[in-house]
Amino acid sequence: MKARVHVMLKNGVLDPQGEAVRHALGSLGFDGVEGVRQGKVIELDLTETDKDKAEARVKDMCEKLLANTVIESYSVEIA
Amino acid sequence: MHAAVVVFPGSNCDRDMKVAFEDAGAKVSMVWHKDTEIPAGVDVVGVPGGFSFGDYLRCGAIAANSPICRAVKSHAERGGYVLGICNGFQVLCETGLLPGTLLRNAKLKYICKAIDLKVENSESAYTSGYAEGDAITIPIAHHDGNFFADPDTLAALESDRRVAFRYVDNPNGSLNDIAGILSENRRVLGMMPHPERMADPVHGNTEGRVLFDSLIGSLQTA
Repeated sequence: MKARVHVMLKNGVLDPQGEAVRHALGSLGFDGVEGVRQGKVIELDLTETDKDKAEARVKDMCEKLLANTVIESYSVEIA
Repeated sequence: MHAAVVVFPGSNCDRDMKVAFEDAGAKVSMVWHKDTEIPAGVDVVGVPGGFSFGDYLRCGAIAANSPICRAVKSHAERGGYVLGICNGFQVLCETGLLPGTLLRNAKLKYICKAIDLKVENSESAYTSGYAEGDAITIPIAHHDGNFFADPDTLAALESDRRVAFRYVDNPNGSLNDIAGILSENRRVLGMMPHPERMADPVHGNTEGRVLFDSLIGSLQTA
């Protein structure tokens, strides 16, 4: 079973990298980009075959390591 | 007086920290990240600067979950002293021993230069050798030193007087110009600037050495 974790900075946390990307897009002539937020995607290969158990386990991984919940939010997709 | 300095793969200020502790009169043991215990009799644990585990995932995140960090956490919970400098500060935030976290510098640049700090609180073992309001010059060398905490945490840090040092001219976007913070019991200090790099006359000044002298001095008389 595969899991995909999206980790994003929470709303309200300044994302200077996203801002730099937005400026760079503007200077390439891509106007109309009002905001850019940059995050991470983490893919996991799991031996677990039960979807609910896998999801619970990956959420635990997010809380303990994959995300820093002071500044980041996460979402988990199981496939 | 016995200090331990933690060494992670990628630490690079561990030996400088050792020398600073030794010059202040401490006996120093180096402990490896896979060790599960702090040597008996250690009063203060130093978590040094560097790029532990290549800064993978987030600065300090992998180190914070290493076996030695569980021992560092228990040491702090028993009332032991812990000093985290630069990457060490990031590690302490990731372990939860200190609140908040360090984000990428606001202007995205790695900054390596001597900067001015204001001593905000001289009522800790680390800062008792300074006077409140002292301006000191200490180098910074980081890419992720932009202190962030949610508004309630930030307000609590201020009202409990847990800000130890503030930047005079904020280089990295840190909220409230915060350069270093203390734990509630004032025994854990995390700071981005490197006092161990201003600890010998050949460094240019010895304003960082005061921190090590204060700490070791107050532990010896305790």
